[in-house]
Amino acid sequence: MGSTTETAASGGGGRLAALTKWIDDRFPMTILWKSQASEYYTSKNFNVWYYFGSLALFVLVIQLLTGLFLTMNYKPSSAEAFNSVEYIMRDVDWGWLIRYMHSTGASAFFILVYLHMFRALLYGSYQKPRELLWIIGMLIYFALMGEAFFGYLLPWGNMSYWGAQVIVSLFGAIPYVGDWLMEWIRGDYYISDATLNRFFAMHVIAIPLALVFLVIAHLIALHEVGSNNPDGIEIKNVKGPDGIPLDGIAFHPYYTVKDMVGVGVFLIIFCLIIFFAPTMGGYFLEHANFEPANALQTPPHIAPVWYFTPYYAILRSVPNKPLGAAMMGIAVLLFVFLPWLDRGKVKSIRYRGPIFKFFLFSFAISFLVLGYLGTQPPTPTYTMISRVFVVVYFAFFLLMPWYTSIDKTKPVPTRVTYHAH
Amino acid sequence: MTEEVDAGRRHFLTAATVAVGAVGAAFALTPFLASWKPSARAKAMGAPVEVDISKLEPGALLKIEWRGKAVYIVHRTPQMLAQLQGVAPQLRDPQSADSDQPPYAKNEQRSIKPEYLVLVGVCTHLGCAPLDKFSPGDPTVSADWPGGFFCPCHGSKFDLSGRVFKDVPAPLNLPVPPYKFVSDTRLLIGADTGNA
Repeated sequence: MGSTTETAASGGGGRLAALTKWIDDRFPMTILWKSQASEYYTSKNFNVWYYFGSLALFVLVIQLLTGLFLTMNYKPSSAEAFNSVEYIMRDVDWGWLIRYMHSTGASAFFILVYLHMFRALLYGSYQKPRELLWIIGMLIYFALMGEAFFGYLLPWGNMSYWGAQVIVSLFGAIPYVGDWLMEWIRGDYYISDATLNRFFAMHVIAIPLALVFLVIAHLIALHEVGSNNPDGIEIKNVKGPDGIPLDGIAFHPYYTVKDMVGVGVFLIIFCLIIFFAPTMGGYFLEHANFEPANALQTPPHIAPVWYFTPYYAILRSVPNKPLGAAMMGIAVLLFVFLPWLDRGKVKSIRYRGPIFKFFLFSFAISFLVLGYLGTQPPTPTYTMISRVFVVVYFAFFLLMPWYTSIDKTKPVPTRVTYHAH
Repeated sequence: MTEEVDAGRRHFLTAATVAVGAVGAAFALTPFLASWKPSARAKAMGAPVEVDISKLEPGALLKIEWRGKAVYIVHRTPQMLAQLQGVAPQLRDPQSADSDQPPYAKNEQRSIKPEYLVLVGVCTHLGCAPLDKFSPGDPTVSADWPGGFFCPCHGSKFDLSGRVFKDVPAPLNLPVPPYKFVSDTRLLIGADTGNA
């Protein structure tokens, strides 16, 4: 080992330098800092779309912290859960704030992740060589969906109860093993104390642990292949004599500072929601959930929280149980295959042809319309409209190999578009 | 003695170790997975329930709880029973051939005594509790609604025997639980043999 070799290149020789060296001889602190931050080069032309990854990470921290403090007063039992949440809201000092941070954080997490995913669609960030980065990202998204689903039962409100009933019943659509599987998930013949207890365990231990590991894997993969940029150009292809990409700037301090501004703006909006609209008119916290779970009474209008409603609309639009459940599952899974469905030769929307732009725009519209329809009662008119948009949704993915290969793309420059300002 | 590594022996030992480890992992996994099944206590709690139906008015619905699920008991009027034949062509399983019910309820009325209907109030689609929308043409369902049950979650419709209509997400009729008349005014839900 070279640990005892006196390199002593640093002329300072102060106590801090000595401590740094002492650590570096035993743990690669400086190497990690340089490779992951101060000498990790990212494209200099990031725009506003590049805020959402770091903001999602920030919200993950908020969720872990507020969740930790909520568990200190929450009781995961069907007899006590609802009242313990009321207790947190009314009697625990600042409990209302901690809980509203957690409930608003859940919605914020999905808003940020959806914007982060849309960024990847805009600039082709899932394309080679970032396929695995994209897949890990999708695993994070799936884990997040599981986390949200398990967490939603915990307040033990009536919408929690029936929401869980509907989602668990989806597994009943699987041929042969469906009924047995439902019973195994619930641990009872209905959504009961046993179900609540295990969902709590999944929500506070299993899934958060998986999320943290997946986020680390996501970052390792990102730093291996390097960040994409709004031009979809590999900055590593044009390097200066020092071996540093000519269009690259160090992540730290340039983007750490930029991301901190993003955190500031985010926190202003986040606090406005927490203080003035924590239920968001029933979208972030549903009104039917302010009454305790009742196994005999489905709320008159049942809808999942907004972040699941596009898929819920897909499920409802199919008048066949196994097919509806399958379509819903496929709608979520199709994202994973984007790197191979896309036959386009350019990454960024800036150099894509009109057909891709049309399909991407239609897809975004269909996601929003389905999201809205999923919150509405299933009237015949709404069901017809959602069927049309289900077709648009699937067309984006399934026709992609065709329209991306015939599309007329523009020439891609070798250097990123950048104007000093 | 030779200095050469016996590759065949190494491969065999690796494969054998992996195989033994996999078997051990499968055994170790079993108790964890099995711990998610309904516990002995949960199984024991599913006992039958006795209900007094003497005060159930004609046309009214009574909800009781059995195994944590809603059970609907409807006292059907002659008019309600008369509707059952007319809707048959619009139903997916009018004879209850594929649906879940005891043999004595596998008829048009899906009941022992035609005027008393007993159903598990759990939609066969995704498990919501269907609402009683007994009046024909109920504006919250549709103008041509003949009367029956309507699931608010995903719009599944059932007739006054809990039989599912066509073109809705629910695949099967609402299940009929095992039940029997203990006397003219008392029902036992959850068992059809022996005493309460």
